[in-house]
Amino acid sequence: MNWKSLQPYLLVTPQTLIFLVFLVFPILLIGVVSFWGFNGYAMVPGFTWDNYIGVFTSEVALKIYLNTFRYVGLVWVCSLAIAFPVAYFLAFHIDSLRWKVILFLVCTIPFWTSNIIRNIAWVPLLGKEGLVNQILQSLHLTQQPLEFLLYSDFAVVLGLVYLYTFFMIAPIFNSLMRIDRNLITAARDMGASGFQVLKEVILPLAAPGIAIGSIFVTTLVMGEFVTVRLMGGGQSASIGKLISTQIGSLQYPLAAANAVILLAVTLVMVAAILQVVDIRQEL
Amino acid sequence: MLNPSAPTSSTASRAEHAVAQDEGGASVAIAPQTAGISLRSVTKRYGSVLAIKQINLEIAAGSYCCLLGPSGCGKTTTLRMIAGHETITSGEIWIGNSRVNALPPAKRNTAMVFQNYALFPHKTVRQNIDFGLKMRRISPRERAQRVDEMLDIVGLKEFAQRKPDKLSGGQQQRVALARALVTRPQVLLLDEPLSALDENLRVKTRGELRKLQRQFGMTFIQVTHAQDEAFSLSDQIVVMDHGQVDQVGTPQTIFNQPASKFVAQFIGDNNIFSGTVVQVDPGEKGAMIQLDVAGLGRFRCTGQAANVGMAAAFCVRADQMTLHSPGHSEIKDDNASSNQVSARITAVEFTGYVTRVSLMLEATGQEILYKALTQDWGAHQLQEGQLIPLSWRVNDSIFLSH
Repeated sequence: MNWKSLQPYLLVTPQTLIFLVFLVFPILLIGVVSFWGFNGYAMVPGFTWDNYIGVFTSEVALKIYLNTFRYVGLVWVCSLAIAFPVAYFLAFHIDSLRWKVILFLVCTIPFWTSNIIRNIAWVPLLGKEGLVNQILQSLHLTQQPLEFLLYSDFAVVLGLVYLYTFFMIAPIFNSLMRIDRNLITAARDMGASGFQVLKEVILPLAAPGIAIGSIFVTTLVMGEFVTVRLMGGGQSASIGKLISTQIGSLQYPLAAANAVILLAVTLVMVAAILQVVDIRQEL
Repeated sequence: MLNPSAPTSSTASRAEHAVAQDEGGASVAIAPQTAGISLRSVTKRYGSVLAIKQINLEIAAGSYCCLLGPSGCGKTTTLRMIAGHETITSGEIWIGNSRVNALPPAKRNTAMVFQNYALFPHKTVRQNIDFGLKMRRISPRERAQRVDEMLDIVGLKEFAQRKPDKLSGGQQQRVALARALVTRPQVLLLDEPLSALDENLRVKTRGELRKLQRQFGMTFIQVTHAQDEAFSLSDQIVVMDHGQVDQVGTPQTIFNQPASKFVAQFIGDNNIFSGTVVQVDPGEKGAMIQLDVAGLGRFRCTGQAANVGMAAAFCVRADQMTLHSPGHSEIKDDNASSNQVSARITAVEFTGYVTRVSLMLEATGQEILYKALTQDWGAHQLQEGQLIPLSWRVNDSIFLSH
């Protein structure tokens, strides 16, 4: 083997190693640990289904799973409702490429700081004595501070939508930009109304972008625990938070079993999205 | 199906389309199958740029009209203004008996075939053709019947369930045509419909377009930059340049009597000589005009009218010059006596049926072109570098006032 034929392999070696050591190996390890026992003090290597049986028979775990799905659903609907108009505006109403790029970068501004800081920044805004409540009260729109603004499901969904809408905007914008403008003119030529153009031409062609955005949002929200903890206070729960709590109390095998189930459920959701929409043309 | 009367008059070519039932059951007159088009002082301005300058144009109902010109001349803009995809800054557009300035595209009884066809990639051939009917809320049964009919006409029945990207260029082009024709427009607007096809297919499709136009009898307006396409298809050619109409005429007129230097140049294979008018002799059919061309002397040409002293030009087609053997000094033919130049052969290009010969005038260095049938050229036995006299008939030199 000479240098030339080795080159492509050498190029991908670092990424492959990182992938194996830090992703594949830990996942396998989690899979193994999820079958171990736990005696209250330490993990016991072995093979038992107890952890999985525990998860599937626990009413609390079921509730937490359902609650996580609820978050996914709400965040998906809200982020899609916000992202599509934004992407549409960028793609079709801004003519100069320069302004498209500038405004697209504006959408990324929230990512210039860490998401924990961004979450904490909501507290002075939404808290009992926060800005929103003060304004509402000084305008005499409300008599008492609105409690649901912070440490509630509302706050969790608000925080997640704020965090992840950009992951919906980017792929939808990308697929809208690929639509040949003549298709819209042609549809108009054949008598399509604005709504029909949207339904018959733009939405079907934007579907791959919507699917990719949905995959991002679904997988991110499924595993979310920081936002749920910071914005939901003690009231809200998600699988991610449950796993984090179990790790905190050193119940590693139980946490591992939950992690495996979470991974499986997320993969099923991704597969379901891919069943509905063919995203190949977008890759 | 050519209707030479006023373009605003329309003919109903298919009686069964003249009356249709609307959803309420009442009879409503629908437009006849073809309509003429009239552009009156149409101007289009993009910001400070004047794209179309006061165009006036009459296109007869049922005729095949080509808008011919180089890219950027405004031909596509004109087409899109007729279609309603561009607003007009001022002026009026009439289709049949209605002024359509403010009408949306779908209400103008026009349909457009786009340059790269603009087929919907996510829809099958059938769904593409069906689109216009679906938007017009026509009953599913009639839709299916009309789509079948169109699939038959363009010969794509067995491809009905395919997506456009599984079709060849020629097939895609036929889907685009079917999609536009299925709504039975009075006017079909085609934007460079052949430019994406290879040469052989282009010539073949050209014939099919002309056949479809005869079959349907509607007005076809086609944008093209290729003169052979315009010549072979058109009843009427509109040559455009810099947002203005330079000349309107039959292919024969445009070819034999170009009206301006631009048209002469664009049609191709014309030798243009610029000079000053020194004498005008009015005659029965136009005038005999003499031009003084710097360095070459006086030439006679035929035209309509000119003023002595004006700067002008004349052109002679490359195939209408006569070659003489080297050393042949005086040409006896009186008609040609004043129309003779000496030129040196710089290149001989064999193109098959025709041989193209490039020459350079000895006196001024201007390049000229001579074209002969290859078999005739062979008889001359001339070489590159030889100096030879060329002459042409006065009747073949066309005066160009601008």
